[in-house]
Formats: sequence, C-alpha cells, structure tokens
Amino acid sequence: MEATFPIACRPFGQDYVLPMNESVDHMSELPLSELIVCPKCDALHRISEVGPDEQAACARCGTLLITPRPLSFLHVIALSFTAMILMIGAIFFPFLRISAQGLSHNSSIFGAAMAFSEGFLAPLAFAVLLMIVALPALRFAALIYTLWPLAANRPAWPRAAQAFRLAEALQPWSMAEIFVVGTAVALVKVAGVASISFGPAFWAFGTLIIVTALKNAFMSKWSIWEAIGPR
Amino acid sequence: MNVLTARAAGLIGCTRCGRVWPGEASHCGRCGAPLAPVSALSLQRVWAWWFAGLIAYVPANMLPMLRTATLGHEQANTILGGVIELVAHHNYGVAAIVFIASIMIPVAKFIAIGYLALIVAHEKFAGSHRHLHLYEVVEFIGRWSMIDVFVVAILSALVQLGFVASIHPGPAAASFALSVAFTMLSAQNFDPRLIWLAPLGTDKA
Repeated sequence: MEATFPIACRPFGQDYVLPMNESVDHMSELPLSELIVCPKCDALHRISEVGPDEQAACARCGTLLITPRPLSFLHVIALSFTAMILMIGAIFFPFLRISAQGLSHNSSIFGAAMAFSEGFLAPLAFAVLLMIVALPALRFAALIYTLWPLAANRPAWPRAAQAFRLAEALQPWSMAEIFVVGTAVALVKVAGVASISFGPAFWAFGTLIIVTALKNAFMSKWSIWEAIGPR
Repeated sequence: MNVLTARAAGLIGCTRCGRVWPGEASHCGRCGAPLAPVSALSLQRVWAWWFAGLIAYVPANMLPMLRTATLGHEQANTILGGVIELVAHHNYGVAAIVFIASIMIPVAKFIAIGYLALIVAHEKFAGSHRHLHLYEVVEFIGRWSMIDVFVVAILSALVQLGFVASIHPGPAAASFALSVAFTMLSAQNFDPRLIWLAPLGTDKA
C-alpha cells in the first residue's frame, strides 16, 4: 500500500525507510546515530542531509521528523528575549478597562488570575498564573540557556539536555495564546452591556503570542538535539 | 509499504528526540527521556487519567460556573444554564460558540480518547491513518478547552462595577480546569505507536 504524504516529503521517502527485508544483522552494521525513529509510528529511517528548503517527514505516517531551519539559534534566542521583555510589560501594565453607566474598572493580567484567589478556588489562581505567565517565561529561559553557547559554536552548558527537554515538555501547558482568545470571547460576552478599552498590556500580550508562534514554527528540534550532542 | 520499525529490529526509539538505542536501553543517552517500549500496558495510564477527567467533569457541569449580580439581583449559572439563558435572550451565535466549546468538544474528547484506547487493542485495525489523525486532533484541541477557565477569570476580574454589575467565579471553574488537565494527561499518555502495532514483524503501512 502506498503511503500518502500530507506535507512535502523530501528527502525522506521510501528510499530512506528501512525495508522489512533488510535483516537485523545488516542493521547492526549501521551505526544507530545514522538512524531516526518516527515518534508516532516507530518506523526507522536513515538520516540524510536536509537542505535549507526541505523537510523530512515519516514515509509511513507523514509525521514531520526534521523541519527546515530558516532561523538560526541566534534568531531563536533573540525571539525568546523579545518574548520575555513583552511578558514583563504585559504583567505590569493595565490589561483591560471596562466602563458602564459612569463606572469603570481596570484589570491587569495578574488581576485576571487573582479573580480565583478567594476561598477554596485559590489553587486555581496559582494554576492560571502558571499557565499564562510562569510556564511560558520558564520555557523562554530554558531555551536561552540551551541555545546561548550553541549559537557561539561552543559546547552546550551542563544540563542543557534537561533544560531543552523541560522546554519541550512545558509546551502544551503554556497557554498564553489560549488566554488571548479567551479575552476575545469574554469581550463578546460583555460587549452589549459595557464598553471595553485595551491597555498596553493587551497589545504586549498579543505581540507575545505572535513572537511565540514564530519561534515555535521555525525552531528545528532535530538540529538543536544534534548540537547538544551526547551527554 | 512494509517498513522496519525500531521494535521489530530489536531497537528502541526515543519518542522525544528521535534517537535510536539498543533495545535494552532504559533512558535516551542524548535527551535523557525515559525510553518506553511500545506496550498496551501504557493504556492503563490513559484510562486512569480518563476516569479522573470524567469524575471531575461531573461537578464541572452540576455546580455554578459564574455568579452574576446585576442591580442587586444575584444569579448563579452552570455551563448549560448559561447556554440556555443566551438562547432565551436570542443570542444564538454566542450560545452556539459556548455550547460547542464547553460541552460538545469536552464530550467528544472523552469519546475519542476512549475509542482510540479501546480500538488499538484490536489487531485488524492496525495501521489506520484515520486513527492517527483522530489522535492528532485530540492532542491539538485538548488544551484549548482551558479557554472557559480563562473567560471566567477575565470576566470576574473585569466586571467589578459594584452595585451595577459584578461577576464572581463559581466552584465549577476549578473542577472544569481539573477535568481539562486530566484529559490532556490522558491524551499525552496515549502512545500513538500502538496504532501501528501488529504481531511482531508484520507491521502494516
């Protein structure tokens, strides 16, 4: 059965998949460092040079194995610093302002999390702060720590592998972009009864989302792992 | 297409960084992640988090999500109650959005994870691209359910206009957040390599 490729699949294709009839004996002659395994379906592939405009996808299930690398490590560091500065601004400046019938009220991002701080919901306030502020910030810090020496072509700092693994593991739990979409939904709900104005923190946070998305899209995990090298 | 898997070659692959190691290795020598062989035993963790998520989802729907006070009149709304009220006010668009995001998607997620965890044990379904796509959709959409909790946070922080209008969070916000976190953990513990698992050496494309 022919596999279908949802995305451009060069240079990985059938030539690079190890066929069934290639015996395990023959495999032992291939150094393991010349292989890459698909995390979604376990298929073994040979590693090959991936050009600047190419990406490598699993020949069986289409999962992206090696992304192209238009952004260097230095770019990722720069974007991470940008994101951290925007984050600091987003925390301390006013976020949203509501006014209705002559009354008005300001809220910061910190205030949004603190909405849960009364009574037994307090752990939720802590969790929300983690998801929208602390974990994204920790991710940027871990990325900078990992990539700073690599960008200067020096060997990775100690525990760089742990730092990058942490940055990867935190990705699903840092939900800054979901918070921004949540803001939009909340605005739709109150739009009829009150008028809302945005503070500088709203724009800082919005920009932060774009910077984070750029960084995630153009970061090649494979080349970072290659650069960190064996422990 | 017949392909050689790490499992069939007696090797083990790191699902985090893609490096290949001899079958007996317990940790990835490059990224340090624990290496787990493809095994249906991992489904036990999926089911454990799945049930935890389902248990937390019950109070999330029974208890009030928002307590709204307008001009001295206080009202507590559950998730479904909020949707019904929006329909009563002829706000059909917003009602549909809230219904899809807060009720349909969480329920669909439970069904999808449960379906995948049940179906991968059956050999005749090995190697289904549809199942992999379903898994990818569940993994992608899972974290977005947290949006409800953020909406409650923003509304409660913002709508504090004293006697005119004020909104406070209800206890359902906490159980809803827990339910979302548990289902995310359930999906993360699902090993997609199981989708392709067949008797050793006969992995299908």
